[in-house]
Amino acid sequence: MRDEREDKRTDWEHGTEPALTPLGTPQEPPIRSREGDIIHTAPELAVGEADVRSAEPGAREPLAGTSLWRDAWRRLLKNKLAVFGMLVVAAIILVCTFGPFVIRLATGFTYDYQPPEIELKKSFPPFSAPDGTFSWAHPMGTDTLGRDLFSRVLIGGRISLMVGIISTLVSLLIGITFGATAGYLGGRVDNVMMRIVDVLYSLPYMMIVIVLLAFFGGRSPLGQLVMLFVALGAVSWLTMARIVRGQVMSLKNQEFVLAARATGVPTERIIFRHLVPNTLGPVIVYATLTIPQVMLQEAFLSFLGLGVQAPLASWGSLASEGIQNIAIFPWQLIFPGVTMALTLFSLNFLGDGLRDALDPQMRKT
Amino acid sequence: MFRFIIRRLLITLPMVLVIVTLTWGLIRLAPGNFYTGEKRIPPAIEKNIREKYGLDKPWYVQYGKMMSRVLKGDFGDSLTYPGQSVNQILWRTLPVSATLGVLAYLLALAVGLTFGTLAALRQNSKIDYASMALAMLGISIPNFVLGPLLVLIFSLTLFWLPPARYGGFPSWSLVMPVITLSALYMAYIARLTRSGMLEVLRADYVRTARAKGLSEKQVVLRHVMRGGLLPVISFTGPALAYLITGTVVVEQIFAIPGLGNYFLNANFSRDEPLIIGIVAFLAILILVFNLLVDIAYGIIDPRIRY
Repeated sequence: MRDEREDKRTDWEHGTEPALTPLGTPQEPPIRSREGDIIHTAPELAVGEADVRSAEPGAREPLAGTSLWRDAWRRLLKNKLAVFGMLVVAAIILVCTFGPFVIRLATGFTYDYQPPEIELKKSFPPFSAPDGTFSWAHPMGTDTLGRDLFSRVLIGGRISLMVGIISTLVSLLIGITFGATAGYLGGRVDNVMMRIVDVLYSLPYMMIVIVLLAFFGGRSPLGQLVMLFVALGAVSWLTMARIVRGQVMSLKNQEFVLAARATGVPTERIIFRHLVPNTLGPVIVYATLTIPQVMLQEAFLSFLGLGVQAPLASWGSLASEGIQNIAIFPWQLIFPGVTMALTLFSLNFLGDGLRDALDPQMRKT
Repeated sequence: MFRFIIRRLLITLPMVLVIVTLTWGLIRLAPGNFYTGEKRIPPAIEKNIREKYGLDKPWYVQYGKMMSRVLKGDFGDSLTYPGQSVNQILWRTLPVSATLGVLAYLLALAVGLTFGTLAALRQNSKIDYASMALAMLGISIPNFVLGPLLVLIFSLTLFWLPPARYGGFPSWSLVMPVITLSALYMAYIARLTRSGMLEVLRADYVRTARAKGLSEKQVVLRHVMRGGLLPVISFTGPALAYLITGTVVVEQIFAIPGLGNYFLNANFSRDEPLIIGIVAFLAILILVFNLLVDIAYGIIDPRIRY
């Protein structure tokens, strides 16, 4: 503000962004590209500006032993928490994928199987048979309709993970295309595109997602799921776009791009074949951290009754059923809730570990 | 600075219009409306109601009417709560949600800053690992799991706190909702503070401050804190948006008659004026708040120029 006299034109007139958009404020003095644009990063992740070196073309040369990825993999394995996270996530994915089949083969229960006898249509505590003795039949107990909670938690996990992964892929697709285009084209196009992102950032978008799902959802369980994928993917691409744009801007003036341009490679091909692969490090890190966020949002919506519809289940809808009976049947909340927390915990640790492994800034410490 | 504020305000208005139009469009494109619920209304009465609310006019007339009302700050009458205007509902429920949100944010700031600072100053110590593990837990436990677990422990087992009842501002009934709502921000703020301060602790100007003989306390409070807090401040804007989303769940769990609760019910009952009123109101709130954060940011960080 004190420099207003020195420079009559504001940042915006320079075609640059003022250094103060809330989410776009780097934790270090802002890194500027040759155009003087500030490279955006999310505040909670210092990945955006830091990974430029890791994506240098030199790192991709097939020299024996120490490629970037092998190096990062070794670093990741040294991080005990990240390895823990990776193992837990792998285990949960495996169990959720194959568990329901195994349970059906072993005990005959499926996620929507309700016992026909009326006296069995109620919630039994974990490991207990209807007569109160110990039994392996329902390790997590049953829900209010007598359905096996274990298979419901596994099916819920399947859906939650699926929503997390597919919506993250949707957000990757939009975010990378948008961010890379804006970053590569630069100038006015970039300015307009990033202003759109800024505008979208400050929308109460969850409110609009709630309106969307409340008014359009509920026709069929599958339709509802597709709505969820699209809605969640469509609102979580913004940070990804900023990260990719920052990466592309710092890469686009390098010689290999110049070479590509000189040999007449078309623009889309430069963006998607030459630039985007070089931004993969930060993109993977951020995608890993997007999955738990999206899963949390899905659970939030399902909890409110707007997401996955019965008889299908997700961890959010199971928790919302559980809360209604929390005083009498606490296990109905505890099992899905704790499973979900454990999964998110592990995914977050894995994401943090990946960031440390791929982030050259952290290598110093 | 002045020009910057004017510019931002000029952007804000069209954005609110876009949000309102989007919401209105979504509601209108959806099949069914407020009158196609479970309770059948005799056609004659429905016709009268439609005339009263102007629903018999073509859509562009309705849109124009709605927009001109919204621009005047009048959101019309609620459909589900007869005799109450949306503005009345807003003014009644806002203090409830605001109390919850402000208390949660203050708690998150106090705890998050303390532990984040401690963790950064004693990097790789036990307190660092402990607070970062706790922060990770805070980020990973969904609030709709944390809230009921608190209820289970403190209300249903220990009988210390009321489970779900709203008793106004200074009351024990606020303790669990506020903790539930703030856990996530607490964790975020602790992580942001730690990384921000670690970054600054290595900066040249901090070395200069030490070199010129300032006491460690002065270095930390005057120099490190100031730089380390920047990411926390820039998180305030998104935090508000998240807080609003969070209150929807927390109010649902603890049966608090706040804005979020009304918003959700309005969606289920297709109460168009109420939905539009709340969305428009929150959009304005978020946009104005973001502007304030940006201004505060410039005051704290002298490197920023407008």
